Amino acid sequence: MSDVALAWMVLIPLAGAALLGALGSRQSGFSANVAVSLATLAGASFMTVRVVQDGSFSSLHHELFVDPLSVFLIDLVAFVSFTTSLFSRSYMRAEVRLGHLDPARLGTYHAMYQVFIFAMLLALTCNNIGVLWIAMEGATLSTALLISLYRTPASLGAAWKYFILCGVGIALALLGTIMVYFAAHSVLGGHRALLWTDLYSVKGRLDPAIMAIAFVFLIVGYGTKVGLVPLHAWLPDAHAEGPTPISAVLSGLLLSVALYAIVRFKALAEGALRTNWPGHLMIGFGLASVLIGAFSLSSQRDIKRLFAYSSVEHMGLATFAFGLGGPLATFAALLHMTAHALTKSSVFFTSGAVAQTAGTKDMDGITGLVDRDPALGWTLMASSLAIVGTPPFGIFASEFLILIAALHKAPWSVPLLLLALGVAFAVIVRRTQAMVFGAPGASQAPTPRTLFAPFAHLVLIVILGLAIPHLLAAWYTQAARLVGP
Amino acid sequence: MIAHLLVRQTIQILFVIAMAPLLAGWIRQCRAWLSNRSGAGLLQPYRELFKLLRKQPVVAEEASMLFVATPYVVFAAMVVAGAMIPMITTRLLLAGAADAVALAGVFTMARIFAALAAMDLGTAFGSMGARRTMLVGFLAEPALLMVLFTPALISGSTSLVVIVHDLARHGVILYPSMVFAAAAYVMVTLAENARLPVDNPDTHLELTMIHEALNLEYSGRYLALIEWSAAIKLLVYIGIGAALFLPWGITQGPGLAGLPMAYALLVAKLAAAGTGLAAIETLSAKLRLFRVPEFLGTAFLLAVLGLLVRYLFGH
Amino acid sequence: MTTLASAIHLLAALFLLAAFAMLSQRRLANLITLYAWQGAILASCIALAAYATGSAHLYASALLNALLKILLVPALLRSLARRLDVQWDRESLVQIPTVMLIGLGLVIFAFNAALPIAVPGAAINHATVGIALAALLLSLLMMILRATALSQVIGFLALENSLIFAATSVTYGMPMVIEFGIALDVIVGIFILGVFFFHIREQFDSLNIDRIEGHHE
Repeated sequence: MSDVALAWMVLIPLAGAALLGALGSRQSGFSANVAVSLATLAGASFMTVRVVQDGSFSSLHHELFVDPLSVFLIDLVAFVSFTTSLFSRSYMRAEVRLGHLDPARLGTYHAMYQVFIFAMLLALTCNNIGVLWIAMEGATLSTALLISLYRTPASLGAAWKYFILCGVGIALALLGTIMVYFAAHSVLGGHRALLWTDLYSVKGRLDPAIMAIAFVFLIVGYGTKVGLVPLHAWLPDAHAEGPTPISAVLSGLLLSVALYAIVRFKALAEGALRTNWPGHLMIGFGLASVLIGAFSLSSQRDIKRLFAYSSVEHMGLATFAFGLGGPLATFAALLHMTAHALTKSSVFFTSGAVAQTAGTKDMDGITGLVDRDPALGWTLMASSLAIVGTPPFGIFASEFLILIAALHKAPWSVPLLLLALGVAFAVIVRRTQAMVFGAPGASQAPTPRTLFAPFAHLVLIVILGLAIPHLLAAWYTQAARLVGP
Repeated sequence: MIAHLLVRQTIQILFVIAMAPLLAGWIRQCRAWLSNRSGAGLLQPYRELFKLLRKQPVVAEEASMLFVATPYVVFAAMVVAGAMIPMITTRLLLAGAADAVALAGVFTMARIFAALAAMDLGTAFGSMGARRTMLVGFLAEPALLMVLFTPALISGSTSLVVIVHDLARHGVILYPSMVFAAAAYVMVTLAENARLPVDNPDTHLELTMIHEALNLEYSGRYLALIEWSAAIKLLVYIGIGAALFLPWGITQGPGLAGLPMAYALLVAKLAAAGTGLAAIETLSAKLRLFRVPEFLGTAFLLAVLGLLVRYLFGH
Repeated sequence: MTTLASAIHLLAALFLLAAFAMLSQRRLANLITLYAWQGAILASCIALAAYATGSAHLYASALLNALLKILLVPALLRSLARRLDVQWDRESLVQIPTVMLIGLGLVIFAFNAALPIAVPGAAINHATVGIALAALLLSLLMMILRATALSQVIGFLALENSLIFAATSVTYGMPMVIEFGIALDVIVGIFILGVFFFHIREQFDSLNIDRIEGHHE
């Protein structure tokens, strides 16, 4: 009975997409979007209770499965998509009212939002590496439409870049998937050669030469979606030009889900190769992303581009930590993924609201927020402090753990990481400070909004930073055992 | 034994010389049909040759011996090339000389003589034609050699006789590498024989002509010889192509019994290739001269690709 | 060396030839025709694999690919090209012979990378993997070097062709669900791109990528 619940949870957003597409540009679309997301969240909670009681399980003839690694990501997706839909209600209404968005496109927006969530959930719950690929491709297609929503030259350019780059990336990932199937075909044969559960049980018997080539394609392919340097070119444009709720879910969820795919394949490849060469590859990509991401921050003028580059840096850090391997580093990486997803979406919520209030995304044009709209100003400040890793917040805990793990396994990388984190801290805090506390600029009528979503995220991040809930820590530990060698 | 070889050799030489104008006529006829014209008939090239042979040649006063000798040299070179190719039988008197590299050398020698003779009088068009023909030759020759190396690698020898023998022995095996070599060979054949899209054999347009510019100063029997050797050259090229890529029906045995069948098959192959050539020429437009290096560069790369594919597949 | 295997090898070579031809082709109509040819080669390759294994789903896959890549997608592309009024790709910065040389380098690289792959007892060897890899890299090169959006898309579709070719020749086909999903994604992708093109054209009055790219501040 509850096996089917998993399938239902995945299907809720898809059904919601059909409903929202039918509602079109009606005002009820906003609330319906929230309702669908809430239903998804409820489904996810139900499923979580089941996992807590019985552990990993699979359903629909092993086509779908949940284990400790995917369960917290599923919850994360369901939760962030719900808060984002709340934020999106007030934000997108304002966008329509300000004349930035043609109301006729609201139907597309809501439907594609739910299709995107569906693709994420399918990618996380499917047991089949082929279906995983299809879900990632579906996510690419739906978000390409979302990024180009405003139909301005810049947003079309960004969407085109996103489509082509991620299209190529995802195509390479398909080649990697085919290679994995090729390697497993002779061991398992037929359909079972695509199932995670079966692949893991025979990972030691897969051909190492093929798995090595396959992993290269997979890390380059899915790495394009994670935004790993040098495949990150699409990321700043897509985040800056798309609607802000989409920037939040792209940064918080899509990047994490793509990283999830890489991590799963890494466990497989390490099992086949019997070396941690795949981990070294991830360390290389991760470190490059941390450095390039951090050093690109200072030249940004657009507020959303600034935080987009910060995403490159943070995903690089998580990739680096997964590459290190071992219980501690993997634990830290999972924590970092969670904390980053929550923090970065909160950052985008506030910076989107800030840009909407100020009427510009140019940071030089935004000053004196705290005088004009104190709640918004302080939320932006708090979110920015959270994202750069100041103590009470969750990212501090995860970055601290990652540095400890790096000291053990790759001490040479610690100075580089500290340098990058320092640069990121300096640039983001200086920029935010100027925006929040600067001399008040020309005042504009504040738009009514709820800051519930960023508040909720900040509270969760503080909890993560102060004391990780026991249940979550247990999942992380189990997941780390699953992924680590 | 020697007598048999001599007989085969003589028949082949006579066949090549006699059939070349017919092949040219066939291609022209096909092109006429393809463009909805009735055409001048298959025998038109013979009539033209006959007419030219009867006319008194006019030679410029400044012309040197080279100018007069060139038509004979070129004609002789083409006949020698035609005599070497194992397109009907592998047992020929000259079979020992039928080497891929030597063959390319014979063609080059003819081209150099033609280019020198064109420059001999110092006319503008002659020098221009010489320059252009050397450009095409300079690019086509490496491509031709690369094409020949692919079958040479398969059979382990550059001797055409060994290659044809080896390829024909295996029957209907299609070598993937030969697909690339064949595509490149068609391109080289078009370029080397001054056909479309590299050169248009039908016009004397100053800006684009290549082959015709070489012959502008020739008349009478000299012109007849040049045109005839051009026809033989085309037949030889198609003959090489048929021997390399469609080696079926070439007799290997010592007797003379298989010959009629082999000749019939060769005529069929020539007719089919002529039709294909006419179709290519009808469908393609003349390339601008500076696109020709691109065209031949592509041919060269395809041939190299053929070699690579051979290494990959191991056959 | 069975006749069937040699036929598949021959088709593999033709597939690579088509990829090279697309790389050197500037005219959009010819590019679309070449794409259709490549699709035809792919479909016959799958049909041969289906005959070799006798599996029904491979026959279905061959049919699906034939319908999609010989008929549907080329027709869609042609109508797009006609309605957008693009016939030629703009002259790219890189000369065609240079492009071909780079392509040759990629082929050598791909063939070398495929050499260590050998599965004992499998009907296929590293050769078809090498061809698929080479065709994939060539389509990537085409996407990088092309200046108009439509030819980039054709490059992308060619990329997808070589992936399916890899799947078929290497493993005798992936399970049907996957292939169906891939086909669906391709179709949806094409439609979305079509929508894009019209908006891009409205906004930029051109389909040249550098003008689109140079637009963000």
